[in-house]
Amino acid sequence: MALLQISEPGQSPAPHEQRRAVGIDLGTTNSLVATVRSGVATILPDGQGRPLLPSIVRYRPGNRIEVGYPAQAHQSEDPKNTVVSVKRFMGRGRRDVPYVENLPYDFVDAPGMLQICTVAGVKSPVEISAEILKVLRERAELSLAGELSGAVITVPAYFDDAQRQATKDAATLAGLPVLRLLNEPTAAAIAYGLENAAEGIYAVFDLGGGTFDISILKLSRGVFEVLATNGNAALGGDDFDQRLVCWALEQANLPPLEPRDMRMLHVKAREAKEALTSHGEAPFTARLSSGEFVDMTLDTETFCSITQHLVQKTLGPMRKALRDAGLEVKDVKGVVMVGGATRMPHIQRAVRDFFRRDPLNNLDPDKVVALGAAMQADVLAGNQPTGGDWLLLDVIPLSLGIETMGGLVERIIPRNSTIPTARAQEFTTFKDGQAAMSIHAVQGERELVSDCRSLARFELRGIPPMVAGAARVLVTFQVDADGLLSITAKEKSTGVEASVAVKPSYGLTDSDIERMLRDSFEHARDDMQARALHESRVDGERLADAVRAALAGDGQMLSPEERTSIEAQLGALRKALSGSDHRAIKQASEALNRATEDFAARRMDANVRRALTGRSIANLET
Amino acid sequence: MRNHFELFGLESAFTLDAGRLEQAYREIQASIHPDRFAQAGDAERRASMQWTARVNEAYRTLKSPVLRAKYLLEMNGVDVALETNTSMPADFLGQQLELRESLEAAREQKDPAALARLRSGLQREQRELQGALAEAIDSRRDYPRATDFVRRLMFLERLDAEIDAAFETMEE
Repeated sequence: MALLQISEPGQSPAPHEQRRAVGIDLGTTNSLVATVRSGVATILPDGQGRPLLPSIVRYRPGNRIEVGYPAQAHQSEDPKNTVVSVKRFMGRGRRDVPYVENLPYDFVDAPGMLQICTVAGVKSPVEISAEILKVLRERAELSLAGELSGAVITVPAYFDDAQRQATKDAATLAGLPVLRLLNEPTAAAIAYGLENAAEGIYAVFDLGGGTFDISILKLSRGVFEVLATNGNAALGGDDFDQRLVCWALEQANLPPLEPRDMRMLHVKAREAKEALTSHGEAPFTARLSSGEFVDMTLDTETFCSITQHLVQKTLGPMRKALRDAGLEVKDVKGVVMVGGATRMPHIQRAVRDFFRRDPLNNLDPDKVVALGAAMQADVLAGNQPTGGDWLLLDVIPLSLGIETMGGLVERIIPRNSTIPTARAQEFTTFKDGQAAMSIHAVQGERELVSDCRSLARFELRGIPPMVAGAARVLVTFQVDADGLLSITAKEKSTGVEASVAVKPSYGLTDSDIERMLRDSFEHARDDMQARALHESRVDGERLADAVRAALAGDGQMLSPEERTSIEAQLGALRKALSGSDHRAIKQASEALNRATEDFAARRMDANVRRALTGRSIANLET
Repeated sequence: MRNHFELFGLESAFTLDAGRLEQAYREIQASIHPDRFAQAGDAERRASMQWTARVNEAYRTLKSPVLRAKYLLEMNGVDVALETNTSMPADFLGQQLELRESLEAAREQKDPAALARLRSGLQREQRELQGALAEAIDSRRDYPRATDFVRRLMFLERLDAEIDAAFETMEE
């Protein structure tokens, strides 16, 4: 068999090998999917040419599920089973949700994350989001004529670990291979920066349906470097609607209404708010189920004055982001506006007043995030020609720390650290003979554990008996490129090592996800098998390609024995790939991964050296 | 294992060309960042993540004058953290007390202009100390003296963080 030529990761495969990669903006109000076609990022519309998918899921009896416009059409008549703005519940407990008492759902307060009781059973926000993602996946597969090889899913930059993990779980549940979780303002910066060849310091102001982000970036020669980010993961257009509803109830002297009427008023409030972006006043009319008629007119001035306190809430995060970036207003060259809620006139005014310049509104604020995500997906899938790609350096939005004596937080990774990052800190025992240590990881900026978000608790056991203060427990926090945390701990003073890796406690376990997957494919054992086989093949083939390319490029780094061993494992994987046993493929992939570990480390080291070739080479000799 | 300076092809010195550091950082990131290995096998992706984390940590250390000085002193066998128990000169402590009193007054009077003045004075002092550090470490190799300067800088950095916090309470 003739040997095929395979390009290095990051280099372009031949055109016919372009991988199907998409960017998905999983929004509070609307969601979108986009891809790069012939070098241009484009939104993939539904069968009727509509680009947006309303992020609304309706559960019907008999496990029928409506997503998007059909669900939207019935939201007022069936509010309990029609979930809107599910993004606000991701990774959140019941008490974390603002105005929870005004929401029509029957909540079940599960540990870590709330759940919603619907006519089709109890659903977690992860499952509900997965329904939205499934529709987008199917739309993309139809449009691109084949299974997706990867997706970039966007999240608000200010999402904490719980919310990110929940989003990733939803994608897994929807059968999407996740290339990366990408921060929404960063995605917007890519789209804006590439289209306008922007260089310098830019701010991205992203006010969506339920979340607010402000990111400060340095754009230069193909590098998008996030200097700082801040925001409020519970502030968005929804809150303006909510305020309007309260105002309308006050004006019309109405008592609290039943859920259907409340939902309808919300819809009317949103319509009135949207009308105000192009008109001086808007009607606010509704017929309630009691037969009463609400008939009001809302003018811009009233709207601005009753929601001004919400606009004010964006100021603190803007100041903090600038301060963390070590910059002043005058250093910012442009402010890119993202998210439908930035269309509101007083938001535009607040941003102009703060940055003392006209904000940039030349990109569609609803689409720019999905377009940027598609561009990044294209790069990560390896579809970009060499040199045509760019580098993204993003940060974590909130500090990560550990609980110490007295309920205080010891910060381990400060906010705005560039990811991926790993940092270790030593802790010791409090009592003589202490055999275990309880480790509690938290996220947030406050000093008291009770004011931060609890992420994970676990125990390190088997510490040998020692006097208090003698044990040396090294706790390592690692944050990957998706902004997700993993923790290890080991006792090192006696050479006894115990180590544990945790998935944060609110996250779904792999068996939860498997169960949900099974539920979603009723009597579809075959589907499950087919999907497992497909996934293991995609992963296995990708790995085999990568190893072949590595051998071709850097084979000289290996001794003949090492090379023989890797080639043997590669041969075994190739053989497994020609069969249809997904377990065999997985095992062969794992074996090849183990066999190439040293090789991978050596290649990375060589990459560092090569990057610096031409500059003080003498210093590089170790 | 190369040290942080060698990693970026720089000389091990307190005086540092920030532009060269940034350029080297970006060039290395461009070749090892996980985004470059999204299609690679697990072993390579893991290696990429570990290396990137290490390079990020090295960059963070060298970018900050305090961390850079501490790192250089550690390379020369001085652990600044272990030295923090020894007392600081009385005149320095007196001056710190005064600065903190001014901060308290500015906070109570909700006077952002006073805070800004405090900060610009602080920045001037930080620059002077950094100049002194460069001389102590790079020219005279007087590490005990350098350790004293680093500890002073750490005091000022803490004050700087308190000024930030004061700004924040004022804005709420």
